[in-house]
Amino acid sequence: MAMTLNDDQNMLRDSARDFMASEAPVTHFRKFRDMGCKDGFSHGLWKQFAEMGFTGILIPEADGGMGMGQIEAGIVLEEIGRNLSPSPFLTTSVAAVEALKLADKAMRDRWFPGILAGETVIGIAIEEGVKHRPEKIACVATRSGNGFKLTGQKQFVVQGASSDMLIVAARTAGAAGETDGLTLFAVDKDAAGLSMEATRLVDSAVAAHVKLDGVQVDADAIIGEVDGGWSVLSKMLDAGRVGAAAEMVGVGTGAMDLTFDYLKTRKQFDRVIGEFQALQHRAAHLYGEMEGARSIVLKAQSLIDEGHAKAELYVAAAKAKAGLACNLAVREGVQMHGGIGMTDEYDIGLYMKRDRGLNEFFGDTYYHADRVATMNGY
Amino acid sequence: MSDLETFRAEARAWLEENCPAEMRTPAKGDDDVCWGGRNFVFQSEAQKLWLEACVAKGYTVPDWPKAYGGAGLSPQETKILRQEMAKLGCRSPLNSFGIWMLGPALLKFGTEEQKVHYMGQIARGEIRWCQGYSEPGSGSDLVSMQTFGEDKGDHWVVNGQKIWTSYADKADWIFCLVRTDKANKYHGISFLLFDMETAGVSTKPIKLISGNSPFCETFFDNVVVPKDQLVGEINRGWDVAKYLLGHEREMISGMGGDGGVTSIGAAMKAVLAEEPVLRAQMALFDVDNLTFRAHGERFMDEWKTGKAHPAYSNLMKYVGTELNKKRNELVMSIGGSQALEWESERANGGSKARNWLRTKANSIEGGTSEVMLNVVSKRILEMPGA
Repeated sequence: MAMTLNDDQNMLRDSARDFMASEAPVTHFRKFRDMGCKDGFSHGLWKQFAEMGFTGILIPEADGGMGMGQIEAGIVLEEIGRNLSPSPFLTTSVAAVEALKLADKAMRDRWFPGILAGETVIGIAIEEGVKHRPEKIACVATRSGNGFKLTGQKQFVVQGASSDMLIVAARTAGAAGETDGLTLFAVDKDAAGLSMEATRLVDSAVAAHVKLDGVQVDADAIIGEVDGGWSVLSKMLDAGRVGAAAEMVGVGTGAMDLTFDYLKTRKQFDRVIGEFQALQHRAAHLYGEMEGARSIVLKAQSLIDEGHAKAELYVAAAKAKAGLACNLAVREGVQMHGGIGMTDEYDIGLYMKRDRGLNEFFGDTYYHADRVATMNGY
Repeated sequence: MSDLETFRAEARAWLEENCPAEMRTPAKGDDDVCWGGRNFVFQSEAQKLWLEACVAKGYTVPDWPKAYGGAGLSPQETKILRQEMAKLGCRSPLNSFGIWMLGPALLKFGTEEQKVHYMGQIARGEIRWCQGYSEPGSGSDLVSMQTFGEDKGDHWVVNGQKIWTSYADKADWIFCLVRTDKANKYHGISFLLFDMETAGVSTKPIKLISGNSPFCETFFDNVVVPKDQLVGEINRGWDVAKYLLGHEREMISGMGGDGGVTSIGAAMKAVLAEEPVLRAQMALFDVDNLTFRAHGERFMDEWKTGKAHPAYSNLMKYVGTELNKKRNELVMSIGGSQALEWESERANGGSKARNWLRTKANSIEGGTSEVMLNVVSKRILEMPGA
């Protein structure tokens, strides 16, 4: 595949760019942050996403969706990142949809229509510690009735408290540290024994700590195979990771554009500060890092879409690189803005906070660089 | 099958039949690479056969037109051929500054006669070229160069000195920037071609920190250059040079090492297992390396379709050369004390240390990293100032 967008993808980018800039720019994000919105996003905007066809981008055509791939999902995510548009797109339309695509028809029929309509929100309940360690999942599912009983705790469940359903990874066999023996469940938010504590994050996203105290689920809540959840989980995580990387390309680019505009207008010592070579070289280096990140993210997306054997390696590298580049963009952004960059009134700090959240989501740069090393044989 | 799939199958079959087994192993060093030229001595029969087969097929320069010695392949076909060569581990049949640099410039600026004559020689590996650009007082500020060609009617008489001329002592011909108008800085330089055996041309190798001498000082003492050896218009050589520098930057930016995405970490597994911080550095390098490969692929795809910014190769040159330096720092750290050995057979004659030192020039030659950042900043990011 050529590493350039085709005509259809360029059209999608143009419409996503126009839509986010007019319907969900940074002022929209500020409004929901400042009102202390319990969800951290607008349900009205989520409906508009559906009207634009975004929510079903990855849902197969046979299930009523657009049947597109990670490149297209990434196009939307980049614009989300550039505008800091708050939405459940990454968790629901990317990660959850990738898992549900591997579920049986009854499960797909139950959840896809709501996602397509922009009514359903799904939370991803994977993390059990402060760092991403999916193979260390210890939450237990024991056989009970015709299904399972879930006991354990989850955290960093983004938009968990606003969700209609949680995808919960639990251990049906094996011990923490093993990839075999995991199973994924679709757990209704109102299930008895399930409780949540919503907490606001640095980037104003709202995430939940989830307690599962003997939550009974039927056999029809299982996504994929019992004990064979790792393959579903891996697909879900990789889609979420490359999606977060695409969003970081947007966040980093947004921060970079703000900063470069500032360099071209701010005057000190009777000169526009963009004339100073000390800043020019850092700007050019940053641009190179962002261009690299954009390239490896596109490569990873296309390899997933092709079902390529190296997709996992490139996803790890893409998440690591996008994390490094976006982080550089926001750090240089705040520094080059000087004092005004430290103010809440100015947008650059919002980008810095969002970068931090996305960097941590589904494994940080160090986690993924370590995976690159392992997959490369050392 | 689509046309491209058919082409892939045919290319594969041709390579299987024509590339000798010996040429499917990596070159053992600089001396093991085929550079062609009047004085080149083949290192093996296989090396000679492989070159001859590729010359006959047009595969030394697959994307050049057939009339000039190429195979007339489309960009997609060329990419497929390179992929198939990489899969089989085929060596490049011919390395040459003629292929990488002069050829593309001739294709754009040369006369039909020049294209047929010089590009044909390049494609067949008959003439080895070197590049005369930098001068002792003109490095990053190349346009200040002073080597002068005095107009004598049907020829020029060239006097002056070039420096950092790669392999000038081994080259047959030189493509050279010569000032032909002292009054006009940018529009006073011409792009001349001449034989290194012409009376008055002499070279002196420069010993580098690596102990090797890939570069020379090149002296011109009343060198006669006929007027038909001018490329492009008189006094417009800077246009040719700038165009060609773009190609040089592409070439140097491609020097990430093995040209691929294979990690050097796997072979060093035992050392890295004992050195967690070094392993972490290696891992972050691999992230950057995979990124650079994807970046290069994207750049080439955009370049071919005319979507890339004309100054973008400056960025690739910066990123690629800095990455290659980092790679060699890691190779040295992982190699430990054995990598320090300068002459022993155990250390392959100090190849790691010498390569490591050689790569320090990557971010100097063909435009320093600092100049690249200036260009990116001004031309792509449109930062203000002179």
